[in-house]
Amino acid sequence: MYVAVKGGERAIDNAHAWLAEERRGDLGVAELSVAQIRAQLSLAVNRVMAEGSLYDPDLAALAIKQARGDLIEAIFLIRAYRTTLPRLGASCPVDTAEMAVIRRISATFKDLPGGQVLGPTFDYTHRLLDFKLAAEGEVSQAATAPAAMEAVPHVMAMLDRDGMIEAEPLGNDVPADLTREPMELPGSRALRLQAITRGDEGFILSMAYSTQRGYGRTHAFVGELRIGAVAVEMEIPELGFAVEIGEIELTECETVNQFKGSKTEPPQFTRGYGLVFGQTERKAIAMSLVDRSLRWAELGEDYTGAPAQDEEFVLMHADNVQATGFLEHIKLPHYVDFQSELELVRRLRAEVFATQEAAE
Amino acid sequence: MTQTPLEAATPCSETLAARKAWMGLLARAKPARLADLCPEIPTHDLLRAPEIGAVMVRGRIGGNGLPFNLGEMTVTRCALRLGSGAVGHAHVQGRDKGHAVRAAVVDALMQTDQAEALRAAVLAPLQAEEIARRTSRAAKAAATKVEFFTLVRGEDQ
Repeated sequence: MYVAVKGGERAIDNAHAWLAEERRGDLGVAELSVAQIRAQLSLAVNRVMAEGSLYDPDLAALAIKQARGDLIEAIFLIRAYRTTLPRLGASCPVDTAEMAVIRRISATFKDLPGGQVLGPTFDYTHRLLDFKLAAEGEVSQAATAPAAMEAVPHVMAMLDRDGMIEAEPLGNDVPADLTREPMELPGSRALRLQAITRGDEGFILSMAYSTQRGYGRTHAFVGELRIGAVAVEMEIPELGFAVEIGEIELTECETVNQFKGSKTEPPQFTRGYGLVFGQTERKAIAMSLVDRSLRWAELGEDYTGAPAQDEEFVLMHADNVQATGFLEHIKLPHYVDFQSELELVRRLRAEVFATQEAAE
Repeated sequence: MTQTPLEAATPCSETLAARKAWMGLLARAKPARLADLCPEIPTHDLLRAPEIGAVMVRGRIGGNGLPFNLGEMTVTRCALRLGSGAVGHAHVQGRDKGHAVRAAVVDALMQTDQAEALRAAVLAPLQAEEIARRTSRAAKAAATKVEFFTLVRGEDQ
């Protein structure tokens, strides 16, 4: 029950003023600029863009600053902002085969056209704290080597050619958009991917991990993981042709999964797909595992009751803005609700005591 | 692609490809850099005032399959007409209205006899800088390419 309550304005204003002061912190320490956050906390910026579902690094950096580094709060700010923007249209689907890759690895093939490119990765670091970073003025210089400057083919295309992996249905159907119409379940694979790519990284990670531990096992190999820039093109109605409206960085993960075959399909590998804004490889890998897990019905696999096979469970709990909104609202005044609960419990207690007294 | 009067006015595919190339270059440009290269904005009539909005970016399932909605990006659009009658359009990445106005001005001027001067003054430097930036990233990536070699194991000898 909701009842309008007045009062507390001064307390709220003062709380927000103190919040602003706390955000700034020690005045003896230089203030963090939005440009610094964008450049030096870029993976946090990427996460906010991915889960805020809006590619704009400056806005994401601003949101992180405003939210004092609370990324879910920052994602909330971005989601709120994006609702104020008019929708100018939808892009042509991005062509990830044309990606300018800065990282591209395959766990299934050692030698592949274009090679294994590690990129700026945390992999193979020792995870030891680097105290040199605590000292100022550390500038490292990356090595360079002659580059081919050409697109590298998708690893999956190699398996696709031999019919060793399921063919992806082709087409240009307009996909369902959960930002326009409420999600209807069961949804299409396109709708699921939209929900997962903007879903909470921690939640998607845990769902994916649960499939690896045996809750809806899908035996995934990372066929290919690639990170890089792709062009975004859009048809401009008044021009009558498509133009590039920008360039975004994406992480794409394709998994190869075991499949025994079915009545209609010969034994072949199946696919899981992940595509996420920014350098977000943990999320992209997790997304591809969850995508594959949710495809059990389509592939004629058994439903074992595993959470990661349950579309309703995954999709309705993946959004951290929805989740935190509902979770945190219970801290807001519920005085009237609680009064009625209190009266109910008092009455029940009185009835119990009265019965006991009568019995004695 | 839908047929429009403007496409009919530019029937040459080379002209169209060239226009798409400069529009893309302008859309990707850093607003501050474009402002450096193109400080003067000629008088113009706005056909569509600069407007900040969002474009839903789509991907394809499996990289080549059915489309799905990946998320939005910020885009600013603008359309204007110069005194000469040339019309320029812009859809540029981000939320900088000056960026969209300048991109539309350059798009319009590129369709006039000032095209060559503008190509040298604005587009060529933008393109050179973009190529340098891309080459630098590709070169750093190339340096992280794994060179596999096989170790000889003791029991094989």
